[in-house]
Amino acid sequence: MDILPILSTLRRHKLTAWLLILEIALTCAIVCNAVFLIGQRLQRMDMPSGVAEHELLQIQVADVTTPSNPYARLAEDVALLRQVPGVQSVASSNQVPFGGSSSNGNIRLDPAQPERTLSATTYFGENIPQTLGTRLVSGRDLQSDDFVDVETAMKGLSTGDSKSLPHVTLITQTLAERLWPGQNSLGRLIYLTPTVGLRVVGVLDSLVRPNAFDPAKAQFTMVVPLRMGANKDQSYVIRTRPEDRAKVLAAAVAALKKADPDRVVTTRRSFDEVRRKFFQDDRAMAGILTGVIAALLIVTALGIVGLASFWVAQRRRTIGVRRALGATRSNILHYFQTENFVLATLGIALGMALAFGMNLFLMTHYELPRLPAVYFPVGAVLLWLIGQLAVLGPALRAAAVPPVVATRSV
Amino acid sequence: MFGYYLDLAVRSLKRNKVLTALMVIAIAVGIGASMTTLTVMHLLSGDPLPGKSGTLFYPQVDADPTTDFSHKDPVDVMDYHSAVDLWTAHRADRQALIVDSQLKVRAPETSLPPLMEMMLSTTSDFFPMFDVPFQYGSSWQPQDDEKHARVAVISADLNDKLFGGANSVGRTLQLRDTDVRIVGVLKPWRPSPQFYMVAGGRFAHGQTADFYSKPEDVFTPFTSGLEINDGNFWQFTCWHMPDKPGYLVDSPCEWIRLWVELDSADKVAGYRSFVAGYAEQQKALGRITHAENTRLRSLMQWLDYNGVVPSDVRLQTWLAFAFLAICLFNTVGLLLAKFLRRSGEIGVRRALGASRAAVFAQCLVEAGMIGLLGGIGGWLLTLAGLWLVRRQPAVYADMAHLDVSMFLVTFALAIATSLLAGLLPALRACQLAPGLQLKTL
Repeated sequence: MDILPILSTLRRHKLTAWLLILEIALTCAIVCNAVFLIGQRLQRMDMPSGVAEHELLQIQVADVTTPSNPYARLAEDVALLRQVPGVQSVASSNQVPFGGSSSNGNIRLDPAQPERTLSATTYFGENIPQTLGTRLVSGRDLQSDDFVDVETAMKGLSTGDSKSLPHVTLITQTLAERLWPGQNSLGRLIYLTPTVGLRVVGVLDSLVRPNAFDPAKAQFTMVVPLRMGANKDQSYVIRTRPEDRAKVLAAAVAALKKADPDRVVTTRRSFDEVRRKFFQDDRAMAGILTGVIAALLIVTALGIVGLASFWVAQRRRTIGVRRALGATRSNILHYFQTENFVLATLGIALGMALAFGMNLFLMTHYELPRLPAVYFPVGAVLLWLIGQLAVLGPALRAAAVPPVVATRSV
Repeated sequence: MFGYYLDLAVRSLKRNKVLTALMVIAIAVGIGASMTTLTVMHLLSGDPLPGKSGTLFYPQVDADPTTDFSHKDPVDVMDYHSAVDLWTAHRADRQALIVDSQLKVRAPETSLPPLMEMMLSTTSDFFPMFDVPFQYGSSWQPQDDEKHARVAVISADLNDKLFGGANSVGRTLQLRDTDVRIVGVLKPWRPSPQFYMVAGGRFAHGQTADFYSKPEDVFTPFTSGLEINDGNFWQFTCWHMPDKPGYLVDSPCEWIRLWVELDSADKVAGYRSFVAGYAEQQKALGRITHAENTRLRSLMQWLDYNGVVPSDVRLQTWLAFAFLAICLFNTVGLLLAKFLRRSGEIGVRRALGASRAAVFAQCLVEAGMIGLLGGIGGWLLTLAGLWLVRRQPAVYADMAHLDVSMFLVTFALAIATSLLAGLLPALRACQLAPGLQLKTL
């Protein structure tokens, strides 16, 4: 197929050709970036939590009045929950992975250091690593004699009495690597305030923070041996078999309500729901972007159909002459297909540059990484395909023009 | 003449139904997408108190004596000491202290189960200051703030839930274990955003949808609220561990917001220097270190500083307009095809004496007609789009409705788009040489 006659024809229809090229370019740029954004969202939604998500349940209760001994109350609740059939393990925790609100501490490696090294989330409560199912990579787990009551610790903090404070902590691998790159972190000290030095006794494989908005900091996590009382926003986390979850959740809530009918259950959900809720905006955005891509491709295809039909109608006589001079139907068909291919290629080339510019804009305004090169060929192939599909109808109609047209009204 | 052009336009549109439909669909889809996001954007980025917001200000004092942070900006809310001092001075036209907390609520006269609700503890100026509408009763009086009176104002929602929407003024509400008397019931009130609670936006990574939550259901005097729900307050942050978590009065924690109303520029300047003077005085007393770090932002500046519009919504708006641009290109191409196909007809009109301007006008009328049809389609698609938004889990979803102004914008945008798209093709059409066209007929 000779491409020169096509180019010379297009030169006669500069305006329409440019419109089509620009439309394809813009579509290509948006589609590349939108596909990239979808990929980013899906990747975020897949963020590992480090816990046995399909086996976990979360229950939060609010007491009407502060119990006289909140620690005893919590121990009773935990004992009660352990008795529920199907329950494998129960933890009390101040927060849960992907729960949203997080309790954070400022870490210093040297108590005299003026500014914090970083801010990490602090989980506290009993039985957390075992129940959540996060694996210990090295060192030991927290033991019962490590634990200190929250209120005792608070008093110790304000009076400066370091005996009443916890002395050890567990940290994640990521946090260990960030604080002491390439070194053994066991036995090292982390300072949450100038008076509290927590010795790292164990390293956890992975435990995501409740507010994992920034993937780079999502694993900056510590577990501190503080015993919670049953008077605050603490959660009970229950581990069970995946198929027993609904049954166990209902039974556990019933058991807690029975122990004190006056209290209010504020949260009761499985961890699948916790994750779903945390990433709901990402899911919605991915859905919207998919819709936009589909609509864009349809609109662009319709535009190509419209313009190609117009061109075919305009060149009816020319086509007739070519057919009369011996061009076959497939020659005519290929002519329009090649023409569309040329336009699409020009549009795609321009679109790549636009896509790159758009990505630069998004990078500065939305904290996005650079668009990987792999998205460019994806966008190109998609638009070539759409172009060819759209032009097929009009091109077939052109190929069906009979040679006899050439003899009419010349 | 315009009527004649309209007639010509209708005839022309009828002649090639497929092409017309393609153009109308392209504009409708583009308008539908951009108006849906624009309506959400309009809803989220608007002024929560039009006409009033310019007089509302948010003072900040940096009471954190540590050097943990850069102290470039003070923490978003204030400690008890500073907030109550500034409020007690009564230097503004109106001033409201604000703190929220969760507690158990029940109506002892009914048999309904207790509810966990959010309580806003504030001072009596809150209601007139923020134009909060009352259905029954009224706000409590300033002396109730001083007397720690056990009174409450409840939301329309809670009134419906507990009292079936009846006038509940004078009835009793049990907040945790304290009985309070209801003195007022609000009309449905849904400021967008819930501006008086906005704080911490700069730490939210653009995930700020929660700023659009519903207002609290129970309002109590500041002093009474602190006593009723003692031990259940949450800090925004602390520079030192509080002695007892939850008990924050005089603790080293930031947890209270203060809003002031200042009706003139002089008063704003005066209040600004008052806050600065207060910080200096506290520094002299040794209570705070970073005295120079005070702020007095207006309501809109404060919302702006917190970047209240979620970044996803902004991204969607960009996307929708890029989409509209593509639909525009599409329409330009199709209109060009349509007008040039009628070269013969245009040639005849020109030969019979129609001026270029007349041909141009006729083409634009036809383009505008397509825009009008596209606008109707776009309006329907916008309604469908907003219906989809309402089904999303976002907290602002319930507010996504098309108001009159956005309804008009829909058609204005549709017609403007189509006229813009028609400009170039119309220009080409009116420049056709009549002689050449007549020859080919």
